[in-house]
Amino acid sequence: MKNTLPETTPFFARDRAWHPPAFTPGYKTSILRSPQRALISLEGTRSEITGPVFGHNTLGEFDNDLIVNYAQPGESAIGERIMVYGRVLDERGRGVPGALVEFWQANAGGRYRHKKETYLAPLDPNFGGFGRTITDEEGNYAFRTVKPGPYPWPNGVNDWRPAHIHFSVFGHGFSQRLITQMYFEGDPMIWICPIVKTIPDEQAIRSLIAALDMNATIPHDLRAYKFDIVLRGRRSTLFENRPEGN
Amino acid sequence: MAQPLNYLKESPSQTAGPYVHIGCTPNFAGIHGVYDHDLGSGPMASDKTRGERITIRGFVHDGAGMPLKDALVEIWQADADGLYNSPSETRGSADPNFFGWGRCPGDMATGEFVFETIKPGRVPFRDGRLMAPHISFWVVARGINIGLNTRMYFSDEEAANAEDPILSRIEHRVRVPTLIGQREGDTVTFNIHLQGEKETVFFDV
Repeated sequence: MKNTLPETTPFFARDRAWHPPAFTPGYKTSILRSPQRALISLEGTRSEITGPVFGHNTLGEFDNDLIVNYAQPGESAIGERIMVYGRVLDERGRGVPGALVEFWQANAGGRYRHKKETYLAPLDPNFGGFGRTITDEEGNYAFRTVKPGPYPWPNGVNDWRPAHIHFSVFGHGFSQRLITQMYFEGDPMIWICPIVKTIPDEQAIRSLIAALDMNATIPHDLRAYKFDIVLRGRRSTLFENRPEGN
Repeated sequence: MAQPLNYLKESPSQTAGPYVHIGCTPNFAGIHGVYDHDLGSGPMASDKTRGERITIRGFVHDGAGMPLKDALVEIWQADADGLYNSPSETRGSADPNFFGWGRCPGDMATGEFVFETIKPGRVPFRDGRLMAPHISFWVVARGINIGLNTRMYFSDEEAANAEDPILSRIEHRVRVPTLIGQREGDTVTFNIHLQGEKETVFFDV
């Protein structure tokens, strides 16, 4: 986090019309799990603008390589080999360094390694389905994996999730905390998914679709998808006689 | 047309889903051998941590009163002196033996979450008035489209709670108790209700 002034200002107000609302009856589970009363606005105090910092010693050598991090020695996960890369940015467009990014996903057949999962597709003995990394000084991150498969889920009679990867992201303040999902360019399942459709704005949905990047693709090895993640921005510190910001 | 402001939009949230454990607490999900331990699990205080030991226990209830068995709860708190272990903390150095962040999945059979931690000190509000001791909570789960932020205050801090700038601004006083963890001995019970008459106060932070 270099030799700069500490970040002590509150974050921009969250655009609640851009995010999915709590109550989205097309996604049935949200019906009984959605608060019905108004959120109480709380301008960021120390408790909101601070947050945990995770050091690189948190990470194991293969944490960002889902192709091998659960595989037997000499083996690797089955599926389309891909790399997912991008930057964690804030709403000002600045890279967020030192951000812990965690990801999890189904295997190439659409099956999760979880005891509550009941889909008939088989587990891959060499695929765990999760990893993590920490962004570099410019906010860059990357990991290798196999492309997850779509899968059916109990909501409507015939609802399927598009291929997706879950992301959990920490910024520098606890109120930047975000969990979201990444989708893949060109997937027709995106537009018929009840969970995707909890997001009211089409542009917002598009911001979760990773782009195929043939320039970052490694010939004869794997294809690359670019996925940038934007966290809330901080208010400016232009007037330093007001340490809490303007 | 005026000049464009060129801000980016925050990535929209999507539910953590039923399998959040795979990514955030894989050992809890029964997947061993990749991470040596689950981040944020276990006691938050070591032998060297300053402060009064407490155990926080609770459930996250849905609108039918049933405890969620697939929720993930994270907490963030100050040390015993009211300092955060964060580069944005400019008032002093926090206890180096206290990280201040914890993560606990609800038990798969009962839904209960448990944090073994210390009671935080008081932290100033933006205008310098002291807030009552509190812990920030963040709850995600299947069916929750965007993480829910709330705070837990302490039942044994009546005087501090009465002057807390956040608690004081809650218009419907009958809802204030939803933010107060009930202390008995070293245990603080804090149940979160997503919906219904006892709906917890959630914040837009």
